[in-house]
Amino acid sequence: MKNRSLHFLGNGIRYLLLIVVSLVILAPFLWMITTSLKDQSKIFDFPPQWFPSPIVWSNYADVFKDQPQFLLHYWNSLYIAVLVTAGTCIVGALAGFAFAKITFPFKNTLFLILLSGMMIPNEVTIIPNFIWFSKLGLVNNHFPLIIPPILGAGGIFGVFLLRQFYITIPKDLDEAAEIDGCTPWQTFWRIMAPMATPAFATLAIFTFLNSWEDFLDPLIYISSSKQFTLPIAMKLFTDTAGTSWHLLMAASVMSTVPLLLVFFAAQKKFIDGIATTGLK
Amino acid sequence: MSTYPASALEAKPTEILKTKSSNQSRLKRRNALYGYLFISPMMLGFLIFMAGPILAAFVLSLTDYSLLHPSTFVGADNYAQVLTKDDLFWTSIKNTLYFSAGLIPLNLGLSLALAILLSAKLPGMGIFRTAIFTPVVTSIIVWAIVWKYVFATDAGLVNQILGFFGVTGPAWMYNTHLVMPVVILVSVLKKVGMNMVIFLAALQDVPKMYYEAATIDGASKWKQFTKITLPMISPSLFLTLIITLIGSLKVFSQIVVMTDGGPGTSTNVLVYYIYKLAFKTFDLGYASAVAFILFFLVLALTIVQWYFRKRWVHHEE
Repeated sequence: MKNRSLHFLGNGIRYLLLIVVSLVILAPFLWMITTSLKDQSKIFDFPPQWFPSPIVWSNYADVFKDQPQFLLHYWNSLYIAVLVTAGTCIVGALAGFAFAKITFPFKNTLFLILLSGMMIPNEVTIIPNFIWFSKLGLVNNHFPLIIPPILGAGGIFGVFLLRQFYITIPKDLDEAAEIDGCTPWQTFWRIMAPMATPAFATLAIFTFLNSWEDFLDPLIYISSSKQFTLPIAMKLFTDTAGTSWHLLMAASVMSTVPLLLVFFAAQKKFIDGIATTGLK
Repeated sequence: MSTYPASALEAKPTEILKTKSSNQSRLKRRNALYGYLFISPMMLGFLIFMAGPILAAFVLSLTDYSLLHPSTFVGADNYAQVLTKDDLFWTSIKNTLYFSAGLIPLNLGLSLALAILLSAKLPGMGIFRTAIFTPVVTSIIVWAIVWKYVFATDAGLVNQILGFFGVTGPAWMYNTHLVMPVVILVSVLKKVGMNMVIFLAALQDVPKMYYEAATIDGASKWKQFTKITLPMISPSLFLTLIITLIGSLKVFSQIVVMTDGGPGTSTNVLVYYIYKLAFKTFDLGYASAVAFILFFLVLALTIVQWYFRKRWVHHEE
């Protein structure tokens, strides 16, 4: 009897702690949403309003009035993130499959060299990359925000992740495919690529997020507001008169939505992917 | 489709063997070709965007390269100046280490505690897991903007709650002593879900029988934690420690959004300093020297990781 009530108490404390941490983590999201629906005059109200009245839906429309280019910035972020994600998955799957399943001379040496790239901080290579891109006249367009992320450290992470995944697939499978006369391309495309969905989901979420929240690169490469991505466009809601918090929060909500959609759509596979690709 | 040419079927046994082996080596060569083809985009990218630039960064760090005046070779002068004369560099090192020293124990402690709380098979755990993981898949920029608003002096949620209890809250973001703890807290809550998932996966792999045996032997929960759980998840613990440490050395976005390095120089961290040197004052050579110091720090940590991994991390045979 004593044991059972102790168990009950233990679970009670467990739930209590989890509720407290979850609330601290979710409160800013709720605060962001409430503020985005407040009338500008109510933002500094005391006590704070959790349920704004009136609810000002027009804040969301006003974002586009206040910042006529907001839709363009949104589109820039979106197509860049989609291209980077697709590119990273393709390049990572090809090289990851080759390093895991194909035999060729110097394979392990090449893989080690590639892995060493993972420890080179982006912050070190960004200065020479910037100089090269500016000499090639590729500054102030989206090229440096798309190609280096695919073929740089993000891509190496993809290769590593997919190699880890393909290594766990039994040899019999690709040997059988080879005996049946499949070329490595056919083995890859027809058999191996479709199997890697959890690994792709994990990689896609990380890559999409990294591109979507990339701040340093656009800060350095992009100067004209037409080319802005969302992270740097956010500063437009602050001017010398102060910050339009209600509009900034509405913009923040809108910029969070695609990430959460991608995440919730792929959540199950994503968590499986973290477990199966040995990211632990 | 047959792998062998039709003529092989009519050939004498010895010839069959010969054809077969030459076929196999042809197959081998073909496979190798595919291998190189498959890895070539990534290898080229590595050469162009990583290996080349890292060499270039080193050469740059030995010059007085600036977009504002012609560049000259200065040897190790930049390094000498960074290490002996540059107070702001040492401030940024100090601030970065302060950030790491606050972030790492909080992040690892909290994520491990949460993973243990969540590892019980109880109703509702999935909801909590999702809630705590959500910030990981939220843009750091939005996260930093919202928290800056939460800690704002007048409109901020924190000070409004403090006001409810009759306490006048401080100007968090403008106080040199309070600003770094706030940035640390915000960074911990952003990433705690990632380490939590890694620990959750590791905890699932600990064989249940160990705990059963320990319970029969009368070991306390604490003893089970220190003698079974910690050693069994030590590879994950070590991995997250190094990843979190390396990540904390590169803190940047939340600094720009929340503090811009201030007030004063109180949140002027290493990468922020590199950014300002390179892209505000255009001292690209000098900035490269500071960046290379960051590279050596990360390199040293990575080497330590590989060296110590074998020594104190327990691996299940």
